[in-house]
Amino acid sequence: MDKKEQFKKVKEIVTVYLPEDVPKEAISKESNLINELNINSANMVDIVLDVEDAFGIRLENSDMDQIHTIEDALNIINQKVVNKNN
Amino acid sequence: MNNRVVVTGLGVCAPNGVGLTNFYNALYNGNSGIRFQQELADLDFGCQIAGKPSVSTALMENYFTPLQLKGLNSSGIVYGVLAGTDAWMDAGLQKADRLEPSWDSGIVFGTGLLGVDKLKEAIQLIDNHNCRRLGSNSVMQTMASGISAYLAGILGCGNQVTSNSSACATGTEAVIMGMERIRCGKAYRMLVGSCNDSGPYIWGGFDAMRILPSSYNDSPHMGSRPMSKNASGFVPGSGAGALVLESLSSALERGAYIYAEVLGGAVNSGGQRGSGSMTAPNREAVQRCILDALFDAKIKKEEVDVINGHLTATSKDVEEIANWAETLDRYGKDFPLINSTKGITGHCLAASGSIECVASLLQFQQEVVFGNINCDPLHPEITKLCHPSRIPLKTIAYKPNVTAKASFGFGDVNACVIFKSYKKTDDG
Repeated sequence: MDKKEQFKKVKEIVTVYLPEDVPKEAISKESNLINELNINSANMVDIVLDVEDAFGIRLENSDMDQIHTIEDALNIINQKVVNKNN
Repeated sequence: MNNRVVVTGLGVCAPNGVGLTNFYNALYNGNSGIRFQQELADLDFGCQIAGKPSVSTALMENYFTPLQLKGLNSSGIVYGVLAGTDAWMDAGLQKADRLEPSWDSGIVFGTGLLGVDKLKEAIQLIDNHNCRRLGSNSVMQTMASGISAYLAGILGCGNQVTSNSSACATGTEAVIMGMERIRCGKAYRMLVGSCNDSGPYIWGGFDAMRILPSSYNDSPHMGSRPMSKNASGFVPGSGAGALVLESLSSALERGAYIYAEVLGGAVNSGGQRGSGSMTAPNREAVQRCILDALFDAKIKKEEVDVINGHLTATSKDVEEIANWAETLDRYGKDFPLINSTKGITGHCLAASGSIECVASLLQFQQEVVFGNINCDPLHPEITKLCHPSRIPLKTIAYKPNVTAKASFGFGDVNACVIFKSYKKTDDG
């Protein structure tokens, strides 16, 4: 999965958790998940689990603490995927 | 303050029909909702028949958001949300807007054990050292108050939001709790009701107690036989029933349709003393509960013309009929008309009281009394107390005036509610 595909996948995952009044077009790399996309903070654990399943990786609590924006998530995912394949 | 309380909305998700129209038609025609359950046969249950509402994925999408549907594995929440939302809409009420709840609208929506399938999922993950994989929705789908919490979120209720639990008396108790809150002026309207999960983890304990019928696996429709000489145990069921209760003034102001007035009710317990135990009702407590309900409703014994009993199809049915006869001092042809819709729905456990209240209120609206199926031959001890003509075998045309609905539960707990027909001239 190249980086473009990774972004598409993450976008798909996040879309499910958007409140009804936030359109999926609002998702950009810079979007802050909780403050801008208004995702319920309880759902952050669900997003992490979906990401783990989609990319075959495991995210620790410390990784989760670093995820604020979509870009943060993509960086950690890429790192984990590369580590896994090496 | 003593506000009058009326019923302005109904919703139901029952084994014999999801939605008011399907439920009504099934009751009217005596169409059973009890089916053979392959799952129970595969697990070597003695009783392999049960009542389970049929809810398609497409129907669920009308009530839940895609996010709510993700990982939803709590049948009680599905049944309760369907029935509760329907009752709200049937009453002509709107969901509160996004920013502010309706402060005058509350919920008492009870259950027995909620989300047992979700709990199983969680237990398996935890036992496999995988607690972190539970996700965020394990708690809300298994907490007892999950059903009232889901409904409050969907509808935007800002008054008391809670879930009561009193075994098979839960649904009727919820109606009484909601009535009391409106009466004393603490809320204008209350969504009340109850739900019960379906499935082997709910029904297994009863099968183990050998109180479910095991000889009707090939003829499920005949398995639930309230008041019959051949009654051999209750057929387990599931589902949900819901009522919107409202102060008379609020209902009149909105021009809402009024199914009936909730005149009064009572709850009590036999304290597991005397003839009462964890599983058997104390007769004196049952009789006191009925009497207290009449007193609360200011209704005379001779005014009750229809009873919807608890009548589960066990040997206790005879004792229940004796309790009604002795309490009301009405025997033979003077006994009120009585039915048990459990012959058609099975015993929907915590949901039974609310589903049966919905049935009783439809009888007011449609001017009928639903027939009892499978009670032939009637138990000889019952016909000694109550003339067979008082137990209609087919639905009859009749305008109910005062209906007494009672439910009794494990733990020796009782609930009895009194509904009265509402006429426009009653206003004020």
